[in-house]
Amino acid sequence: MSTLGISALKVLAALGLMLGNGVVMIYMLRKVLGHLHIRLGPIHVGWKGTLQTVMDVLKLLTKEDVTPRAVDRWLFRLAPAVVFVPSLMAYAALPFSDTWRITNLDSGLLYTFTALSLIPIGILMAGWASANKWSLLGGMRAAAQQIAYEVPLLLSVLPIVMLVGSANLGTIVEAQQGTFLAVLPRWFIVNPLFWPTFLIFVVASLVESNQTPFDMSEAESEIVAGFATEYSAMKFGLLFLSEFSNQFIVSALGVTLFFGGWTLPWLPASVVSALGPVIFLIKTYLGIFVMMWIRGTFPRVRIDQVMQLGWQRLIPISLVWIVFSGIVIKVWS
Amino acid sequence: MSDICEETLGVGLLCEGQHDPGTPPAGLRRAPSGVDGLTTEHLIINMGPQHPSTHGVLRMIVEVDGEEIVAAEVSVGYLHRGIEKLAEHRRYDAVGTLMDRGDYVSGMMGELAFALAAEQLMDVEVPRKAHWLRSLASELNRLASHLVWYGTFGLDTGAMGQFLYAMREREALLDILEALSGQRMMFNYIRPGGVVADMPTGLAEKIRTFLSTFDMYLDEYDQLLGGNEIFQARVKGIGVIDRQMALAFGLTGANLRAAGVDFDIRKARPYAAYPELDFEVPLGSTGDAWDRYTVRMAEMRQSARMISQLIDGMPEGEHTAKVPRIIRPKAGEVYASVESSRGETGIHLLSDGTEHPYRMHYRGPSLYAAQALEEILPGHLIADVVMIIGSTDIMLGELDR
Repeated sequence: MSTLGISALKVLAALGLMLGNGVVMIYMLRKVLGHLHIRLGPIHVGWKGTLQTVMDVLKLLTKEDVTPRAVDRWLFRLAPAVVFVPSLMAYAALPFSDTWRITNLDSGLLYTFTALSLIPIGILMAGWASANKWSLLGGMRAAAQQIAYEVPLLLSVLPIVMLVGSANLGTIVEAQQGTFLAVLPRWFIVNPLFWPTFLIFVVASLVESNQTPFDMSEAESEIVAGFATEYSAMKFGLLFLSEFSNQFIVSALGVTLFFGGWTLPWLPASVVSALGPVIFLIKTYLGIFVMMWIRGTFPRVRIDQVMQLGWQRLIPISLVWIVFSGIVIKVWS
Repeated sequence: MSDICEETLGVGLLCEGQHDPGTPPAGLRRAPSGVDGLTTEHLIINMGPQHPSTHGVLRMIVEVDGEEIVAAEVSVGYLHRGIEKLAEHRRYDAVGTLMDRGDYVSGMMGELAFALAAEQLMDVEVPRKAHWLRSLASELNRLASHLVWYGTFGLDTGAMGQFLYAMREREALLDILEALSGQRMMFNYIRPGGVVADMPTGLAEKIRTFLSTFDMYLDEYDQLLGGNEIFQARVKGIGVIDRQMALAFGLTGANLRAAGVDFDIRKARPYAAYPELDFEVPLGSTGDAWDRYTVRMAEMRQSARMISQLIDGMPEGEHTAKVPRIIRPKAGEVYASVESSRGETGIHLLSDGTEHPYRMHYRGPSLYAAQALEEILPGHLIADVVMIIGSTDIMLGELDR
């Protein structure tokens, strides 16, 4: 098969994963939130309501796609695509196992962050083009908070890159194989040096994926639906889908960086290499479950408090930690 | 045209369309011109009447500089049903249904206010048991109402869980109220002369079962929302209504007590069974949103305490006085008020001796709280607006009537 054909297949695979993830996550979100809220979630369509999401997608596809008269038509139509495409791009560097990955990028970590940081442009476009004051506020909030948190997100993981000596996500996972003290895995989360790193990463990635308690750009109790207020039908669907996809990506990044990616040290190597993608997905969805848990419980932080936390706390702390862990790594080796 | 508008409504902004585009809307300021020839303008945003967290159909016209509120205007009346006028065409025993639809989350207190006013005109001796049942109904209803406030306050902060937890307790309370009155929200239970029916058999046991777990759940809820650091960072220090301002605006209820003013109609002008009950009036100190939160949470504990006293000490006897089928009170003018979930709910009643009230004025505490909003909102962020509205616990049904 030609290189082009293989590339096309890979893009299709990523698209399939993204759409499949959307369907799984919407159902999961409803069930998890439902049970956290002492309700049942969807139960009627299909077995235990499993077909509910399919019906919802059908509903979104068949709904009237309203374009309000006052909007900037081009920007309004383009914005969902600008949000959707970077989100799709971010799948390229994720290592699902030692062989299952779309590309093997040496700068995989940087590439994924770059893709994620393109998303606020689309959100700002959506907010501006909607000609709605709530949308504008939502778009501005998205831009402000994502700029503020990209820096600590990237800075926070630099100690890992320094230790491993590579920004290739696959190499980072391989560095976490094996056990020490007989049972403990060599995952970076077990290493106290990376605990502050992990905390900053969790906070910053919640902000990046626009999750409670940092869901500023569409805070429904404050600014109605933020940047998505004027969107309907599948345009709205695309915006939503990429949000779920972002959640998947930051969770997958967390798993890759801190929880050993596709590896599981207690299983024989042959089993791990066969089950790699399954282990990776289970870990990722566990991460997503924690995000949903937070969403079901926590109130929202105020925008100025978010900005303060980002600029005044997380960035200085991560800078200091880079220096400190640099010294530790140097002395250790 | 604009003159007429301003004269009749007193608010220039409502007639924005008729204004000369050059004149800034009345009451609102324009942003100062910026530097280097670049000018910025303030944004005027309509919050409501269709906004997820204005607690119904409150409309706020806020002028914002970025996200900061520069000026705010409260526009009310979107839920006006003319309850006061309707009352003039109802017989005295039928006004209770209107009062239910005023403050629809705590209907019992509205009914009680009207019943107290009517009884002053009627010269009727209300039996002791009716007093106790009225207090019981009021306190059960206060719990249900405060739980709605707690849940929606959580929703305002963006937390969804506590709303549904609060609804679980409220469901049990509504079941109890249904057993008592036959209705879940529009009770029409308290009528001039007494109450409509005695407690059904087994209800006392049902209430005891509810109370046995309620305190524990309330502690849990308090921990879940009030114990959350994010929530504390959101509510502490915002929306301060100090003692002087609270008194100047005529605030009552928890909004007033949060500022440290010890005023509770149940103590100040006792009615129903309250003189015989042992309870405390929780007070705040600074009058910020956090104080309003703690005062209401403490009030729920006091209500639960009162309910258990009311169940244990429920007297024997008739549940209503002998009242004629068609009530024709003597001519006169009276005022009666009760401490409802939101503050002083008062009924000013004017009778001309016929079977209909000649004029009824309904004093609802939410209107006063909503007026104070205009004063306290400037300087806060948009996110705080919903928190402050939530913390004052205004009820649009009663505000607009």
